[in-house]
Amino acid sequence: MLLIPCPYCGERPEIEFTHGGQAHLVRPVQPADLDDEQWAQFLYMRTNTKGVHAERWRHARGCGRFFNALRDTTTDHFLAVYKSGEAPPAA
Amino acid sequence: MTDFRSATGGRIDRSKPLRFEFDGTAFEGFAGDTLASALLANGVHLVGRSFKYHRPRGIFAAGTEEPNALVTVIRDAARTTPNLRATQVELYEGLIAESQNRWPSLKHDVGRINDALSAFFPAGFYYKTFMWPQKAWKAIYEPLIRRAAGLGRAPVQADPDRYAQRYAHCDALVVGAGPAGLAAALTAADRGARVILCDESSEFGGTLLSDTAAAIDARPAAEWVREAIAALAQNPRVTLLARTTAFGYFPHNLIGLNERLTDHLASPPVHQPRERLWQVRSRAVVLATGAIERPLIFPGNDRPGIMLAGAAQTYLNRYGACVGARAVIVTSGDECYQTALDLHAAGVVIAAIADLRAEAAGPLPDAARRAGINVLPGSTVVGTEGDLRVKGIALGAVRDGSVQRTEHIACDVVLMSGGHTPSVHLFSQSRGKLQWSEDLRAFIPGQAAERSQSAGACRGIFALDAVLADGAAAAINATSGAGHDRPARAMTVETVPRRAIAYLGALPQPHSSRDKSFVDWQHDVTTRDLELATREGFQSIEHVKRYTTTGMATDQGKTSNLNAMAIVASNLGIAIPKVGLTTFRMPYTPVTFGSLAGTSRGDLFDPVRKTPMHAWAEAKGAVFENVGLWKRARYFPRPGEDMHAAVARECLAVRGSCGIFDATTLGKIEVVGPDAATFMNRLYINNWSNLAVGRSRYGILLRDDGFIYDDGVVARTASDRFHVTTTTGGAPRVLALMEDYRQTEWPDLKVWLTSTTEQWAVIAVQGPESRRALESLVEGMDISAGAFPHMSVGRGTICGVPMLLFRVSFTGELGFEINIPADHGPTVWEAVYRAGAAQGITEYGTEAMHVLRAEKGYIIVGQDTDGTVTADDAGLSWAIGKNKADFVGKRSMDRASMKSSDRKQLVGLRTKDARTVLEEGAQLTAKPGQKAPMELIGHVTSSYASSVLKCPIALAMIAGGRARIGHTLYVPMPEGELAVEVTSPVFYDPQGARING
Repeated sequence: MLLIPCPYCGERPEIEFTHGGQAHLVRPVQPADLDDEQWAQFLYMRTNTKGVHAERWRHARGCGRFFNALRDTTTDHFLAVYKSGEAPPAA
Repeated sequence: MTDFRSATGGRIDRSKPLRFEFDGTAFEGFAGDTLASALLANGVHLVGRSFKYHRPRGIFAAGTEEPNALVTVIRDAARTTPNLRATQVELYEGLIAESQNRWPSLKHDVGRINDALSAFFPAGFYYKTFMWPQKAWKAIYEPLIRRAAGLGRAPVQADPDRYAQRYAHCDALVVGAGPAGLAAALTAADRGARVILCDESSEFGGTLLSDTAAAIDARPAAEWVREAIAALAQNPRVTLLARTTAFGYFPHNLIGLNERLTDHLASPPVHQPRERLWQVRSRAVVLATGAIERPLIFPGNDRPGIMLAGAAQTYLNRYGACVGARAVIVTSGDECYQTALDLHAAGVVIAAIADLRAEAAGPLPDAARRAGINVLPGSTVVGTEGDLRVKGIALGAVRDGSVQRTEHIACDVVLMSGGHTPSVHLFSQSRGKLQWSEDLRAFIPGQAAERSQSAGACRGIFALDAVLADGAAAAINATSGAGHDRPARAMTVETVPRRAIAYLGALPQPHSSRDKSFVDWQHDVTTRDLELATREGFQSIEHVKRYTTTGMATDQGKTSNLNAMAIVASNLGIAIPKVGLTTFRMPYTPVTFGSLAGTSRGDLFDPVRKTPMHAWAEAKGAVFENVGLWKRARYFPRPGEDMHAAVARECLAVRGSCGIFDATTLGKIEVVGPDAATFMNRLYINNWSNLAVGRSRYGILLRDDGFIYDDGVVARTASDRFHVTTTTGGAPRVLALMEDYRQTEWPDLKVWLTSTTEQWAVIAVQGPESRRALESLVEGMDISAGAFPHMSVGRGTICGVPMLLFRVSFTGELGFEINIPADHGPTVWEAVYRAGAAQGITEYGTEAMHVLRAEKGYIIVGQDTDGTVTADDAGLSWAIGKNKADFVGKRSMDRASMKSSDRKQLVGLRTKDARTVLEEGAQLTAKPGQKAPMELIGHVTSSYASSVLKCPIALAMIAGGRARIGHTLYVPMPEGELAVEVTSPVFYDPQGARING
């Protein structure tokens, strides 16, 4: 079980969190301007990174907040956590 | 008295004899014996029949790596445990054990025929044979094959024992209490760290328990062990866990330990848990997991009596059991010469030591020669004899690269050793990188991925002085930087230099033998199987493993993985490390399900959610169903009624006068704030800006991919406040989706969300008489038809309790939903029930609720939809807000595939015979009488007998469904094909007049 450092609550066990998928997916302001291909890209295509992955977590059974994290998907080590809306720190 | 008990020695308690039974025969052993050691002391080697070929098999090892001696231990009908390694079963008075996988008996097993027919059962035979006729596989072949092969039988009764669970934190978790682990634990404890030391065996000490020659700090090793344990036991910061297996290494240094508490006791105390699961989060982990001896690969290497050499030494020195009367030892290292000397001193004849090395020189081989033991360097093994017990061994000599058969030696036990394989299982589970050591011809831990240190034999260090120093160093590394500073205590050892070469792969042969050379004993995998796999084109070790099943038995290849790898490398003509290892997975050894479940079983498996009115429904005899974690009353049978009759009556009562229904479980979310309407507009498909305060609307929530996610009535109770309802199962995920958009997509909006599902009890009153039933109780509101039209919302009180009243209907009748603070649910419910008696108010459950809404074509998200249904598919395009620039899911509606007229659409179905109720999930075809594979065009989503319409009705999702209304379709079923007519999904009151009553 991962130990996840919530930026608001500190290190808590994985069971208190839900995974929020890849981070920094910007929902287009005008979806109507995208063609089907681009829209499908937004809906479905993910980087599936082997290595440092920017992803979202939600401390669902704690403070309830979303935050972002850099996690190495090969080791499950958390390199950094940062608040929703912030840019990822230089890894 | 037993024939093979040594005169003296061993750590058994000779003052405490124990009686036990194996396969119905009574034997004697001593306290401190394992089942295996006690059987060997009684001269018993034959303990099982192999998995596939049913060959006789004997005890092979002394520890958890044992592949052959799998037994079933029986306390009673429920407390029966199969597949236990006899080497780990601790003897107790009255123990009853049985061998497995044989019939009618161990000595005479009819399954032996598989061995004679083994040419037809090579690796992967079931991919090539037993294929025709197709029907025979399920009925005949598979049951037979499953019965013929296998290990033990599981008990059929529920496990009656209790299992405990515990969490712990420490600075240093030391896995393994052999010399490396003890040195590490002592060092870490000296430095003030909190230490947990665990070992899978009943005693701490590891190899030191079998090594009577070793001395530490000028004392016998056993004494050093005793003192070390005493020192650790006195330390309040140290926890000692014997009989505890570290079975899994999880991320961020979470280690799973399974502690066995009572299996070694003759009469376990009734209130004692049988096992305890520890989840330990440790600042650092020291892996002192030791090494496992390698067997040798030669023809006929699996007869009972052929075993690992180190095991023989353990049986003698730790358990006082001589494994035989006349032994031949085959070895690639000096270690076995000490074993030979120990056995020789105990009276076992050592007929020969066949050394695989070209030369056998050094202090230990010399000592053996001085003792009169025949030492044969440059040897190989070309065969063995004996059926239920080995009788003899045929040796060969390797000269200048060729092999000649030399002599045949009579013996009753063959002890083999190809060196040791470091146990890197836990290190690998932690995703540490392994590195290949050409010297050891083994993988050892390389770069660790977690904060762990490996020490001793598990990283290829075998000399005792180096092992102790390594353990201490590992503890220092593990505890540095945390304020623990003292250096390690001194531990001095006098050693005898030993040489060994690590052996891998098959022994050289003069020519190919008819006899099988086993690589994986537990899964009956031979060298020929590995050759077959590479010949058939399997090159990846992952494929070879799965095709041959080598390493896939309960021992997970502990004694076979590396030899298999070496043979595959040789077959493919590549270097061994290039073949690679398959992935190590937890558990290291099998863990009881009960231990992992802990208290999560039976009534405590899941939390149960009940509504405030649950007790009333229970008292009324309701039959409940599970909806997620909730208990919901499904129907209220009167005496003599089955479900069908009860539901028929309930539906007629609702449409005839009125019914009362508990709708509390549906999700409720308060969306509040100046931007509440904006938020709702962006999320749901509907237009919310034009919803007046005091009005409600049926809302639909899509995902951005355009598919229906949830639905529910949404009321505007103030300009900045929406009361959003969701499906029962959908409540948590709707709130989660809302929070996702609120926090991460539109954080600028001033809106807040609160779940109020459990704050409101909801009482639905539905039917033409529903208003009359309620009127007398409602205060502060005018609920007449004109003042409170359909889809109104208002605040008032009922029985003096604050109420939010909805005029809303899921039945298509005039209806209301009373929302009161949950604690008042029962009193208000009873008051409504009493007040409605004059109207014949009838309690109804979820089944009647399902039928009534289906009669009106109302969907249930998750039943009629499955995550691939759009609003238009479900016939709900009318609900989409006009002129909305964007909402979640809108863009996807314009994707080409989402506009296809061939999409599955919601329709109704009536069976032509007006009698048969369709099965939910049944498939539909357009053409009758097709043969498989048929062209399927849709499926039944909801299906009921309708007492109101006096015929069965169904809802279905059918390709191009709306265009097929009026057409006939077919439902192929095993009993015959049913014809159905496609109709509108609204079966009852299509004009919707009754809802306005």
